[in-house]
Amino acid sequence: MIHVRQLIKRFGPKIVLNKMAFDVSQGEFVALIGPNGAGKTTFLRILSSLAKPSIGEVNVAGFHLPGQAASVRQRLGVVSHMPLLYGDLTASENLLFYGRMYDVADLTHRVQEVLQLVGLLHRSGDLVRTFSRGMQQRLAIGRAILHNPDVLLLDEPHTGLDQDACDMLDGVLRDVAVSGRTVVMTSHDFVRAQNLASRFDVLSRGRIVASIPANKLSPDGLQAFYRESLEQA
Amino acid sequence: MKNNANPSFIKTMLAVVWKDLTAELRSREVFSAMLIFALLVVLIFNFALELEAGTRASVTSGVLWVTFTFAGTIGLNRSMAQEKDRGCMDGLLMAPVDRSAIYLGKMIGNLFFMVAVEVVVIPLFSVLYNVNLLKPGLLLVVLLGSIGYSGIGTLLATMSVQTRTRDMLLPILLFPVVIPLVVAAVKASAGYLQALPMADIQPWLTLLIVYDVIFLSVAWMVFDYVVEE
Repeated sequence: MIHVRQLIKRFGPKIVLNKMAFDVSQGEFVALIGPNGAGKTTFLRILSSLAKPSIGEVNVAGFHLPGQAASVRQRLGVVSHMPLLYGDLTASENLLFYGRMYDVADLTHRVQEVLQLVGLLHRSGDLVRTFSRGMQQRLAIGRAILHNPDVLLLDEPHTGLDQDACDMLDGVLRDVAVSGRTVVMTSHDFVRAQNLASRFDVLSRGRIVASIPANKLSPDGLQAFYRESLEQA
Repeated sequence: MKNNANPSFIKTMLAVVWKDLTAELRSREVFSAMLIFALLVVLIFNFALELEAGTRASVTSGVLWVTFTFAGTIGLNRSMAQEKDRGCMDGLLMAPVDRSAIYLGKMIGNLFFMVAVEVVVIPLFSVLYNVNLLKPGLLLVVLLGSIGYSGIGTLLATMSVQTRTRDMLLPILLFPVVIPLVVAAVKASAGYLQALPMADIQPWLTLLIVYDVIFLSVAWMVFDYVVEE
């Protein structure tokens, strides 16, 4: 579903992604972990067509980037630590707006359905700026899955949330967003990542230095695997 | 349920306009800031210049356009800052739409805010300066000037909002570019106020229309490159 080869991203003289290779099969949930500045967010911005690769092959859902960006965008949902929501619109107005941008069929019904899925139907008429950070993040998930994308990109979705809000977010992610989709998530929260993902890739200095399936890790083995991977890199 | 169609240009543009107007109707953040600033400028010039009847017609059009351009800059900055501050610009850019439709939607929203301020300012200006601004020709000049200003202003605000010094950068980028437009608007407005023959006003009106077409076309064509990272 996602196929990346020899990806290089430069900002001026600085090389952020260095001949990176990355593959994700359909239905896989890959957690991308790595230190600050490793290139995680830059990589997700390239996958989401917000940034262009300097060199290299990037293919998402059968379409290559940046050439077929519009086709990729139609099949992509993104949740980041920013909610990408308008505070002066209500929850349902936000979803109606994004639904129009994605030309979602039977939009009014779909908006109600998504609000129900993320547990915000009772707040559909409230302004988003009155929502807690956790509720905004749940609505952000609703926005991301509104057009039923094949691929979901999660860029540190737990940032700024308290424990309860994180638990609730994980529940929504597991029950609603993930099922049947291909997911790539960046995270610094190893415990939460281990509860969600089916594979872990360690990104360091612009390339994947280690990868392991979740079923080969002990329940609290991700931290040790991460440290080992960075030391060997 | 899978939906692989991309929305049409018009549908996208209208969605952006609807979003901007709905949000503004709730917050009145852009309109209030522009209006208060415009009223203050009108009042300050009124007291500062103490115009005599003879000089009023020649100075009024300049004061009018200083008011509109300064207030317009505030509106442009705030309108784009709302997109940037909550990451909403990324949300727009990730949609599978023609990005020039996003530009045109934002531009129409900014034009609407500018015209809304002008609708309030022009009658007040007429009373304070004791000149009749409610002339169809003059109103046409105001509309043409506002279209050009919003057109290029929306593009430059999209660029400046990416920087930390956006409030300062936008006027620095915008004012040199719109000088020909503002000069044409001031001259054409003065022509209507001084009741000059149409032959004297026509060249400035033509210049305004030409600049509108050029600004809108260029902004439309380059918007995709401006928002590209």
